[in-house]
Amino acid sequence: MKAAVRREALGLLLVLLLGWLVVYPLVLVLSESVGGPGRWTLEAVGRFARERNEWRALGASLGLSLASAAGAALVGIPLGFLTTRVAFPGRRLVATLLGLPAVLPPLVGVLAFMFLYGETGFVAHLVRRLLGLSEAPWRLQGPVAVLLVHVATMYVYFYLFTRAGLAGLDPSLGEAAASLGADQWRSFRRVTLPLLRPALAGAGLLVFMTSLASFSAPYIFGGAFRVMTTQIMATRLNGDDRLAMVETAALLLLALSGLALLRRTEGRADVVGARKGVGPAPARVVGPLTRLGAAGLGWGLGLLLTLPLAVLVLVSFVPRSTWTIEALPPVYSLVNYAAMVTDPARLKPLLTSLWMASAATGAAVALALAVAVGSRRARVRTGGLLEGLLVLPWAVPGTVFAIALATTFSVNAPWAGRVVLVGTAWILPLAYLVRNLPVAGRAVLAGVRQLDPSLEEAGASLGAGKARVLRRVTLPLLRPALAAGASLAFVTAFGDFVTSILLYTYDTRPLSLQILAGLREADLGQAAAFGVILMLVSSAVFFLAGEGTSEGASG
Amino acid sequence: MSQAPFLVLERLTKRFGGVAAVDGISLQVARGDLLALLGPSGSGKTTTLRLLAGFETPDGGRIAVDGEEVTSTPPAGRRFGMVFQHYALFPHLDVGANVAFGLESQDVPAADRLRRVAEALALVELPGLERRRVNALSGGQQQRVALARALAPEPRVLLLDEPLSNLDPGLRERTRRELRALIGRIGITTILVTHEQEEAFDLADHVALLQRGRLEQVGTPEALYNAPATAFVAGFIGRTSAVPVRVIAHEQRVARVRIADSTIEWEVPGEAPLTGAQRLFVRPEALRIVPASETVLTGLVTERRFLGATTLFTVRLGCGSTLEVQGGPGSARSGDRVGLVPDGAGAGLHLLPWEAGPG
Repeated sequence: MKAAVRREALGLLLVLLLGWLVVYPLVLVLSESVGGPGRWTLEAVGRFARERNEWRALGASLGLSLASAAGAALVGIPLGFLTTRVAFPGRRLVATLLGLPAVLPPLVGVLAFMFLYGETGFVAHLVRRLLGLSEAPWRLQGPVAVLLVHVATMYVYFYLFTRAGLAGLDPSLGEAAASLGADQWRSFRRVTLPLLRPALAGAGLLVFMTSLASFSAPYIFGGAFRVMTTQIMATRLNGDDRLAMVETAALLLLALSGLALLRRTEGRADVVGARKGVGPAPARVVGPLTRLGAAGLGWGLGLLLTLPLAVLVLVSFVPRSTWTIEALPPVYSLVNYAAMVTDPARLKPLLTSLWMASAATGAAVALALAVAVGSRRARVRTGGLLEGLLVLPWAVPGTVFAIALATTFSVNAPWAGRVVLVGTAWILPLAYLVRNLPVAGRAVLAGVRQLDPSLEEAGASLGAGKARVLRRVTLPLLRPALAAGASLAFVTAFGDFVTSILLYTYDTRPLSLQILAGLREADLGQAAAFGVILMLVSSAVFFLAGEGTSEGASG
Repeated sequence: MSQAPFLVLERLTKRFGGVAAVDGISLQVARGDLLALLGPSGSGKTTTLRLLAGFETPDGGRIAVDGEEVTSTPPAGRRFGMVFQHYALFPHLDVGANVAFGLESQDVPAADRLRRVAEALALVELPGLERRRVNALSGGQQQRVALARALAPEPRVLLLDEPLSNLDPGLRERTRRELRALIGRIGITTILVTHEQEEAFDLADHVALLQRGRLEQVGTPEALYNAPATAFVAGFIGRTSAVPVRVIAHEQRVARVRIADSTIEWEVPGEAPLTGAQRLFVRPEALRIVPASETVLTGLVTERRFLGATTLFTVRLGCGSTLEVQGGPGSARSGDRVGLVPDGAGAGLHLLPWEAGPG
């Protein structure tokens, strides 16, 4: 009885902590956008409603997100089918290359895209040389440029979900359709596609939400084209905090209603998992002409989509001001990398990002583990609420959380749960932590869910106390899930740009802001070198964690 | 098989990475016949079925049905119905849409389609279940829907891949009876894959026993049981134990053999003229337990197992071989020394060449 009370009390404490971190800032930003208690006013809301630019930005966010989802589907789904179902030379390599953007921070993708296709990029340089132009023949700016970047980085969700969906499909379903006289097209239309629908709807939702929250691409390629995230940033720079809060509230409402709407159309998920011991359908061996076409398409798109990353690496070896009119950079050296160690102004952001991401990751995984164990093992009454709180930040754009945290932690009112953290080194790790809760939470919850309780019961029946069962049975079994959650969280925090740009101070500027500084100072080599570091650390962490998880629970 | 064969498999071969999963199998099936492909796992029975369905392309040999060559016809064009081991019902379609799937492929008009779906469901005794979700059905019901789906387009051949393996043991026997009655009623030519001898014997008109991709023997269940062609068949079908023997004489399909390490001689049926050291395969019911004496084969009872209808005794002979013998519950006790004599005219005793076979 006493143990149960203590358990519930701990559960309640967790609810309070998560509520304070996740819900409270959002409530505060909503209430302060209308003046806050005692000073209610619709003044800022009125200004928002009357301003055409605000509505235009809201519409642009929505339109861009829908277009991004459509474009990403058009690229990602065929690529998923191509690399799964058609045998062509180098299929596995292409399949791996195409999955790469999934592990990269958005800023890296944007940067790489700019270096290759931007007006100062490789392609423009080449065209200028060939045609003898004095200026770049195009400017990569405006809505189309942002959409292109979105499609080039977000197709990966459709691609991976299609592949996973196809891998999970019981191959005898396709055989059953064939034996019932259905040709390939009918089999695809009536069996494969309907069964993939839940996976594709999930990918669509993911692209829509990611695109709605996207900041890097519209910030760097948008030009005069404003979406809500960049609009909030601009308003904030103008010092109109109240209007920025209204905009933040508007974006939050758009995200939540988009989520609710898309969830409803997602529909029921049919059980399509392959039966035990049944492998996925093998790639089809096709005629030489189809094979050539498939190889050409696969390799062509694979290169088109991954070439920017290669260019990023190349540019990172180019010293400042050595590349002007030549088609290819004439000088290559390691100075940009050496400067990361020798120049304190460059070393500091690297170390800052490292410790902030590590601290945020540790805290996020610990919180996720506490919630998972509390909800699934101790079965506290608040379990469902706790799990909900853990994944809630997923639906909230990073910009919204940044403004909400800036609002909450710029006031010193300890009795109201508010202290001044803005301007200190603690606000960024806190922001990373909140944003990391869903990724860490999802992985850890999945791990705990897959854990057979009878293993822990076996430990207990062999005389192990609760602590020993946790240490010797539960945690070792959860290790793959914890590693997966931690690596995802770390990668997200390490490469974060969207919250950092709103909350950093010069002394606590993280890696992404140093990249931005490099771009501003036209020191492309420096920006690229930091981009490569981001890319390498992200992929390394991701694949190392993948090694550990491959034999265990799939996070 | 007096009629012209309806389904013909000729020297069918399929290799996976150098290993022959199916190695020159030839079979002929009469119209309306039910043939079981029986064998241990890895014997090639499932691959043979998949070659028949068209999911795999053979590396050699041919398949013909009703005089038409279908070896390279894609599955959709074969008009073979298949019931998959895990049924492969489309989870996003209801029962009616599942059963109608093959009819849609044939462009059957909607009104006819509804009627034929209803007929097919009535045939498997699930009338009126059209709008039920397939995931809401029990395992037995799913199996019957899969059967109705395969039968609705009126296929030329029905293929069943371990149709009962996914059912509870209690349900399996009843479903087997229903399946036998249904197939008999329709009279469709059927190929059944199974690894259970009892299932093959109960359902099939003819049984083809496969091992390592090769056909060991094909025939009626009685033929396989009473006249196994190889040691593998003798060992796989029914209970048998083997004892080394030496052939003394052989004439008119009767062999005189001396049991290993003894002076006892038995007369056993022997089709092939064999000489020298061979093996005698013994069914439990082929021997009778008698008191031990100088003139009979003797051994020590090491185990007595009462199985209800029968009691089995394990008897160790002087040469070290053990024989499993059936007897009355009180025939002997563990530790007894007993004599063994052939019961009847050598039925259940099979003299087969030494080299092949288990044990």
